[in-house]
Formats: sequence, structure tokens, C-alpha cells
Amino acid sequence: MTIQTTHATKKKSTLTVIVDFLSKWGTILTIFILLAFFSLTMPAFRTPSNMVTIMRSISIVTVIAIGITVSLTVDGFDLSVGSVATFAVALVISFFVWHGWGTLPAIIVALLVTLSVAAINSFLIVKLKIFDLLATLATMFIFEGVAMTYTGGGSISQGMPRVDGTPTMGKIPGDFRLIGQSPYIIIIMLVIVALVHIFLSYTKHGRYLYIVGGNREAARLSGIPVNRYRTLAYFLSALLAGMGGIILAARIGSAQVNAGGGYLMPAVAAAFIGYSVAGVKKPNAVGTLVGAILVGVLENGLIMASVPYYSLNIIKGLVLAIALAITYYRKND
Amino acid sequence: MQPKHKLEMKAISIEFPGVKALKTVDFAIESGKIHALVGANGAGKSTLMKILGGAYNHYTGRIYFDGEAIDIRNPRDAKALGIDVVYQEVDTALVPYLTVAENIMIDVMANEMKGKHFISWGKLHKTARTVMKRVGIELDTHTLVQDLSLADKQLVLIARALVTNTNFLVLDEPTAPLSQTETEELFRLMRDLAQNQDVGVVFISHRLPEIFEVCETITILRDGNVVADQKVESLTQHKLIELMLGRRFEEAYPKIQVPIGDTLFQVENLNEASGKVNNVSLNVRAGEVVGVTGLVGAGKTELCKTLFGAHDIESGTITLHGRELKITSPHAAVQQGVALVPEERRKEGILVDESVVVNLTLPSLEHFTSQAGFVNTNAERKAAVGLIDDLGIVTPNENQKVAYLSGGNQQKVAVGKWLITDAEIYIFDEPTKGVDVGAKRDIFELIGGLAKKGKGIIYASSEIPEILDISDRIYVMYDYTIVKEFETTEATEEEILLYSAGGNNS
Repeated sequence: MTIQTTHATKKKSTLTVIVDFLSKWGTILTIFILLAFFSLTMPAFRTPSNMVTIMRSISIVTVIAIGITVSLTVDGFDLSVGSVATFAVALVISFFVWHGWGTLPAIIVALLVTLSVAAINSFLIVKLKIFDLLATLATMFIFEGVAMTYTGGGSISQGMPRVDGTPTMGKIPGDFRLIGQSPYIIIIMLVIVALVHIFLSYTKHGRYLYIVGGNREAARLSGIPVNRYRTLAYFLSALLAGMGGIILAARIGSAQVNAGGGYLMPAVAAAFIGYSVAGVKKPNAVGTLVGAILVGVLENGLIMASVPYYSLNIIKGLVLAIALAITYYRKND
Repeated sequence: MQPKHKLEMKAISIEFPGVKALKTVDFAIESGKIHALVGANGAGKSTLMKILGGAYNHYTGRIYFDGEAIDIRNPRDAKALGIDVVYQEVDTALVPYLTVAENIMIDVMANEMKGKHFISWGKLHKTARTVMKRVGIELDTHTLVQDLSLADKQLVLIARALVTNTNFLVLDEPTAPLSQTETEELFRLMRDLAQNQDVGVVFISHRLPEIFEVCETITILRDGNVVADQKVESLTQHKLIELMLGRRFEEAYPKIQVPIGDTLFQVENLNEASGKVNNVSLNVRAGEVVGVTGLVGAGKTELCKTLFGAHDIESGTITLHGRELKITSPHAAVQQGVALVPEERRKEGILVDESVVVNLTLPSLEHFTSQAGFVNTNAERKAAVGLIDDLGIVTPNENQKVAYLSGGNQQKVAVGKWLITDAEIYIFDEPTKGVDVGAKRDIFELIGGLAKKGKGIIYASSEIPEILDISDRIYVMYDYTIVKEFETTEATEEEILLYSAGGNNS
């Protein structure tokens, strides 16, 4: 029976043409419709300073979402990015406040330590063959807890004594705080998007990541060291999530309980919205940026329209559901 | 004791897009008999039995039960008549994390619990135990099916069939994965069902000795036609094979003659970790095409994959140019000069969602990558276009998705991607499966071209005429090991098939 249906001639109906067009350009179209709508209804929305605000507000989400994107290229999924970001925030702030380190060593050491999450993720997923979503769900909880335990409750800020009462002398350097301010924060985001885009699209490694994600067995039988590339993907996603955490730390200037957790959901949404942008049908860096912009514009506009913050999740969740629907609906064709 | 029944299928025809799978086939079975159904791959055995089991509804022809015309259009119709088919893939029919009892009673639970919502576990296990006694399985009904051996799983499936009233039982190649003693056990059960419980058993097997051992009557299919329907005792193994093969209108392909050099590739006492390659030794000389044949399930694919590092090697040595290879993964195999064109093209050989270029340059991408890791897409495209021309791949352009190419052209891509890598040994696993005549010729020419360059070729296929056409030497596999070696010039199709089926000339 299935054989018969595959033989049925496929005519492109008007409906399919519209669906095709929308699945390619729908995201960008939606952004413009939202921009137009908010601009017309709220004069404060269309000011250049608000545009900068939107870009600034999406920077952290974008960087974390790029991490998820890389994990998606190998047909994986890294749910632990939020906790990795939280962990990076705790580490970098503690280095400043508790130990009085300089900007550069603090950032580098914090990123290196967060890579331990990647090591555990890839061990669980590649070696123990645990389903990626579940393995990273576990590490998500583990490192949320590690960050809390390490900081002794979750928060560190300048001048605050440690849990055992030791006074702290360290200061958060001014040049570190700059990372969290525009235009630097926006520039960093754009550079990361560009670098990852180049890496995924123009290098051998990027090609292999997609091939591994597309058909793991065919990739293996083509002689690609599949496990090495899957591991690489989880290291990159943790590294990018760690960077997101560093930027977040610079932005808020302190470590907070589960600071990165809230970025997981919009980041997942951005990465999945990015799938279909311009008909790429693959996880990709530029698409993810577009996805993050969509989420950012929506959030900014709705807040301005005085939708209470606690209701925003309804909208954001719906956007994610629609993005997933578009991705999976097309896949099942 | 059940009353005797007779089931007749008359003038059954069925068509699938592009193929007439069965052409006015007559088939009949009676209670209390064990009836063999044989034929080469693709002769239509499984299709005929699927019709009987209600898996297809677009066939033509009539089916009679005790002389009365009936209609079987879905599995429920078949069940109502007491017809049960145990298909080849045992694992797809069982639920691994449920117990033996639940698996046996699954049909009852699914069909006979209308209006009931609570399961009586005591009754369930009791009924299961009664059926198991009939079948002669000694297992705890609480055992999980995932912990059973393949043979036990098969028995569980047969028990499941017998829970409901069974008049006819079809066993589609049940012995392929079984050991000698397990097979004996199954035969004992089949005889018991036929003689003491008046069940009509249809037995599909590629193994000739088995047919002569248990079956009374036999139907032989060839290319969708019945070519014989008679008593088994009036046949010999040789006669049976002749009937199965008939006169084949295989187009002959001229073999490209190449001078054969020294031994290039040597495999000694190779064993695969799960026993799917059993003590295999073989060698390939430069410029030689070595055929590996055997029936489906004889271990050809496993051998190919093991040589390529896709299955784990347990013991044995593999040498190339006298140097021992360490084949720990496909990646390692490729690095050391071994290439594989796998059998499951769409699943393993090509990436259907990627372009022709990406597919063709995949194993050799390093050749087109700069020190910094950037892919030189221009050079890559040029190489791909060159290959497309050389191999005659029919595609509008090199950026076409491979999914849109025909089977033959997909296969050319699956082969072509290894040509840039400069491997020394090329392993082909059923390279002509699902490929049309023209593409087949192209693939043969390509293999000839590789031989000319002094490469060693291992060509695994269950299509014996093809092996005879292309190879210089032939290894025959049976039960995961090599049972016979032939010089192609001295081999006949009949003799090869005899050894493939576990027979011998003594």
C-alpha cells in the first residue's frame, strides 16, 4: 500500500507553494510584521535606542543558542547549556571576588573548567550510549547543583563575605563589565555567530558534523571518526554556553541562583526556529541568530505593551511549539 | 484432534509498482502435512505467504477453505480461519520487555478483551503454560522475552499462533538463525503439530537438506510462477536446484581480463566478536576479483563489515602487502587502504539528503581541505564533476540531492565516493541490488577498471550468475564460514548453490 502511495504523482498545489514559502521565509516575514505592528502601536518601540536594547537583550540567548545549534548538527541535543552558563557565571565571579584574579585568566580558567561538563556529557552519550536528551537532562541538574554548592547557595557579589564568614576583597574589573555593555556585547555576539557560521559551512569539520547528524551509520562507513565528532560537538556547545555565561556575568556583575537557567528555553526556541530560515533545513548559526531576534522582538514588544512578565512564558512557549511544528512537519514529508 | 481442512489458493496474482511478483499461482495445503515452499531470492515465496496471512489486499485470484470460496483481505480474516504466519523477523513481532506469557497471549489480550478492562494474571499465565506445553517449551512464563535466545523467541511466536485455534501454520525461514540442535527441536515440534494435532505446516527454507528431512510435499516458485508441485521424495537436491533456477535470462557481462599479480590481501582465521564470522581465511591477489557468495544470512555482509572494521574482530589476522593491519574501526580501515560499498545503500552507503558532490567527496574530503581546515569547494566540485563524467552518473548537476537519483545512479555514487581515496582493497556487498541492467554493466566496468589498476576486489553477492560473470575465484559461505573455494572457470551455478545450501558432493 505504501508503495502505491509513493507512486502517486505529486502535483504542487497552491497550498504547498504557500506552505513552502512560509516555511522558508515565514520567520523573517514574522519579524517584519512584528516590527511593523509594534512600531505603529507604540512610538517608543521604534526608537533606535530600543533597537539597540533588543540586540543587547538577545546577545546572551544567541550565544547559548549557538551552542545548542552545534549540538543539533550531530543530531544530538544539549539540554545542559543553561546550567553550564550558570556554572561559568559562578566561576568567573568567584575568581574576581574571592581570589582577585585579572579579567583574562579568570575568563580562560572559567571556560576550561566548564568544559568538564562537556567531558561528562560526551562520556554519557558517546560511551555509555545514553539518549542525549536524557544524559544532558542529568548533567543539567548536576551542574546546577555544582554551581550552587560551589558558591554556597548560589550568589556571589562584590563585597559579600563567603559562606564561612571570610570577608572578600576582590573587585570585578571594569574592563570585564564592558563585555556586558553595548556595543561590545552585540559585537561579541555577531563575531561568535560569524565564526561558528564559517566553521560549520566552510571547514571539513563542519561538513563532518552535519554528515554525522544526517546519517550516523553512513558517516561511520565512510570512515569518519563519528565518536570524535560527536564529542567535539558537545565540547563546542559547552564552550559556547560557557561564553554565554561569561557575558551574562559581565552584564549582571554578580553570580545569582541559576542565573543561566532562564536562557535555556528561548535558546532552544531560537535554534529550532533557525532550522527552517531561508530553507536551510539544518541547524545553522545565522538561522539561530534570526530565531533569537524573533524571540527578542516579541519579548521586547510585549513587555512594552505591558504584558506582565509572568505571562510572557505562555507566548514564548507557543513560539517554540510553532517552530518545532514547522521543523518536524517538514521532516515527515 | 481437529477436523481435517484443505486450503487452496487459485490463480493468485499480485503486482507491485514495476514488478509482477506473482503470476497466476496455485497453491494448496492440507491439515496434517508439512509442505515445503522453495524458490530463489525474489521468487515470490514470502509474498504468497503474506497474501495468505492477510498482509496484502490488492491481489487477484481466489482462496478456498474446504472448497468454499473465502476472502482474506486483512490479518483478522486470516486469523478467523486459523491461519497463522510466523514471519522471518522474529524480533519485530515480539515485545522485548514483556514476559513470555504476555507475548504469547498478546492476540487474546488485543482481540478478545472487548468490554473487559482488568487482566487476570493467574489465568493469563495458566493459559500460556498450557500452550507452551503443547509446543514443548520449558520456560518460566515470567521470563522477559528480551532475555530469550533466538530459538526460544521463535517457539514463543509459534506458541502465540497456537493460542487461538490454528489450522495452518506458515513458518518463513525459521531455521536461518538457528543452530543444529535448535533446528532439530523445531523439526520435532513441526512433526508433532502435523501428525498429532492435525495442523498444516508450510515450511519455507533455503536449506535443502532440511526440506528433504521434514517435508512431504513441495511447491517450487520461480520468478512468480509455480514450476513444480509434487512429493518431495521424487526429487533430488540437484533436480530441485535445477527447477529453482530454470534457464536464467541473465545478460552475460564480458569479464575484463586482467593479469593477476601477487597476493595483496590475506585474511587468516578471522572471527567476529558475536560469532557472525567463524574462522574465515581468504586471500585476494592484485588485480583479482574474488567472489563471495552464499544464501541470504550465510554471513557475507557480516564478513564484509568485519573486514572493514564495522563489526568487532575477535581474533585473526588481516595483512595487506604482507603488513599486518590494525582494523579497529571503519576510520582505521579507510586509513589503511580498505574501502567498503555496503549493502544497505540508502541507509549506509549514501546520504540521501546531501548533494552528489558532498557524497562523492565524503571519504576523501581531506584531499580538498587546506591546512587550516577549510574546504576548497572549487577543487571539490571539479573532482566530483570528473567522477560524474567517468561513471556516467545521470544527474542534472553536481548539486542535486542524491535522494532524487535513480537506484543505479545512487549506487554509482556509493561506489564512486571511494575512487578518490586510492584504497587498495575494495569490498562490494551486493552492489547490484535494486540496480537496472544498464547501471549494472557500468558497475561491472568500474570494477574491471579497478582490477586493471592492480587493486584487489572482494565481491559479495547471492546472485550466483553475477558472481560467475565477474569473479576470478569464488568462496562459498554457509553458516558464517567459508565451506568451499572454486576457480571460477571450474565452477557451475548448480554446484555453488549446492554448497550454499549446506549440501556437498560426497
